[in-house]
Amino acid sequence: MDATIIARYTTDGSSLREVWRTFRHSTAALLGAIILVLHLVVALAAPLLAPHSPTAINPELALAAPSWEHPFGNDRFGRDLLSRVLPGGRIALAISLAGAALSVVLGGFVGVMFGYLGGLADEAAMRIVDALISIPGLLLLLVIVTGLGSGYAVILLAMVLSYAPGVARVARAAAHEFVPRDFITAARARGESPLTVVMRELWPNVLDVLLVEFAMRASWIALAVSGLSFLGFGVNPPTPDWGLMIAENRSMLALAPWGVVFPILAIGSLVVALNLVADGIARALGLDRSR
Amino acid sequence: MLNLITQRVVLSLVTLLIVSVIIFVSTEVLPGDVATAILGREASPARLAALREQLGLDRPAFDRYLEWLGGALRGEFGMSLARRNTAVGQLIAERLRNTVLLSAVAAATGLPLSLALGVIAGLLRDRVPDVLISTIALIGMSLPEFVIGSVLILTFGVLWALLPAVTVVPPDAPLDVLLPNLVLPAVTLIIVMVAYILRMVRSSLIEALASDYVQMATLKGLSRPRVVLLHALPNALLPTINAVALTVAWLIGGVVVVETVFNFPGIGRLMVTAVEDRDLPLVQALGLLGAALYIAINLGADLLTLWLSPRLRARLLQM
Repeated sequence: MDATIIARYTTDGSSLREVWRTFRHSTAALLGAIILVLHLVVALAAPLLAPHSPTAINPELALAAPSWEHPFGNDRFGRDLLSRVLPGGRIALAISLAGAALSVVLGGFVGVMFGYLGGLADEAAMRIVDALISIPGLLLLLVIVTGLGSGYAVILLAMVLSYAPGVARVARAAAHEFVPRDFITAARARGESPLTVVMRELWPNVLDVLLVEFAMRASWIALAVSGLSFLGFGVNPPTPDWGLMIAENRSMLALAPWGVVFPILAIGSLVVALNLVADGIARALGLDRSR
Repeated sequence: MLNLITQRVVLSLVTLLIVSVIIFVSTEVLPGDVATAILGREASPARLAALREQLGLDRPAFDRYLEWLGGALRGEFGMSLARRNTAVGQLIAERLRNTVLLSAVAAATGLPLSLALGVIAGLLRDRVPDVLISTIALIGMSLPEFVIGSVLILTFGVLWALLPAVTVVPPDAPLDVLLPNLVLPAVTLIIVMVAYILRMVRSSLIEALASDYVQMATLKGLSRPRVVLLHALPNALLPTINAVALTVAWLIGGVVVVETVFNFPGIGRLMVTAVEDRDLPLVQALGLLGAALYIAINLGADLLTLWLSPRLRARLLQM
């Protein structure tokens, strides 16, 4: 089931500065980074930027078309869409960054540790990893939400359980490349404990792979969170959230397309940016991202 | 070779067994049990206790797991909690045909299409067709399925009423009634699927074209089509078999959202209803079914890869 083995070309000795130099020479990657930073700034500053309250209801303006006063128009409750789109990515962004970070740290550690240890422990751990991978994405999320109810902490946990196993597979494959090398044999001969070998010798060498995983998983989690919100198991109304806004305003698509178009542009640009950044980092590191 | 196949099959079964434990634990052992799900959170403790006893929830979790697993092996998943007097198996059976049909149509159209587009993009790397295809693929994989579905509904269901916007036919509708309802959900799945697979095909073809054996074939004076078709492509496609299997398996999860968008009467839509109703037996059965399909598809891809590549076969035999 090693579908997630990565093709590696040249990674040894690539310092972060060198990576950045290659990265910024790619227009696409740079564009992605700029859009991503913009998204982060807007998410953080949304309460200051929003011209109106995101939840203030105004029946007179229900489904009003974009105007100078309300540049993105209004939804069926007359809420100002610009003021809802601006903070609409906060929860998805927070969960995707936190979820990707936790997935990469936990999955990365498990993968490298068992990749180094090998043997029966590795076999057992990989069966559990395979089992978690085998429950197709959204199904695992829904099973967990059914058991624990929806809430941001549960969604975060569900995201980590869904995406950390994939990272573990990749990290294990990456670690396997270094385990037979001399510096690992030397560390083992010095009598270093497995934990020391993993943290001091192996971990720094798989960091580049994990960086790509982070950007990639973040984009998947952003999509998954919006999917959960769309299905009604994610962010609760009236909190502004892009996935939820698309679900809410979808029935008015023909009458007031602005209620759907702006959240779509917002989530689309965020995920495109994350993908461009992931592609850019992968190329700069000489890692092939597609699998 | 036979040993290797047995080993893969046994591993898959072990994985499925662990999956069943994960599903059972996350739905039943954690707080908020089935009795609360049926009676609601405000139910009196006495009524809850009575129902727990009636359903056997007062027995140890391990016994209940064994009983559930035993039933699952016989294809019996108990009665639905939300729709009394209906067996879970019956609810699934009614809708399974529709989902299988939807996924099969999407896969049968999407796979050849993504191979063709991936090969075009790979051969014309960084030229206009490649930039066009790759950009559209990037957008396709960056938009949630429900967004693509909604745009299709607006375009072909509302503005230009060619096809039904949402499905209103019952799950057991005859095929000719169901088919028009299948088009838009299938196109949605195809768009996302093609976006992922063509990127993989493109990059593994580019990698193969840069390899020594392709340069060797070119230097021998073979024609370009011959080099591409007989030397580069077979080697480029081998590693994508597993990735394609992963994407097809993704369809199992993807149908949940897509069927909901179009109100398509399949098991994905059923899953969402089951979660809304906290219909635990139904959620468990659908989770297990999804995982079993995923594992089966992966096993198939693994065996196919083994069968197609003598080098891998030899290396694995030595292990």
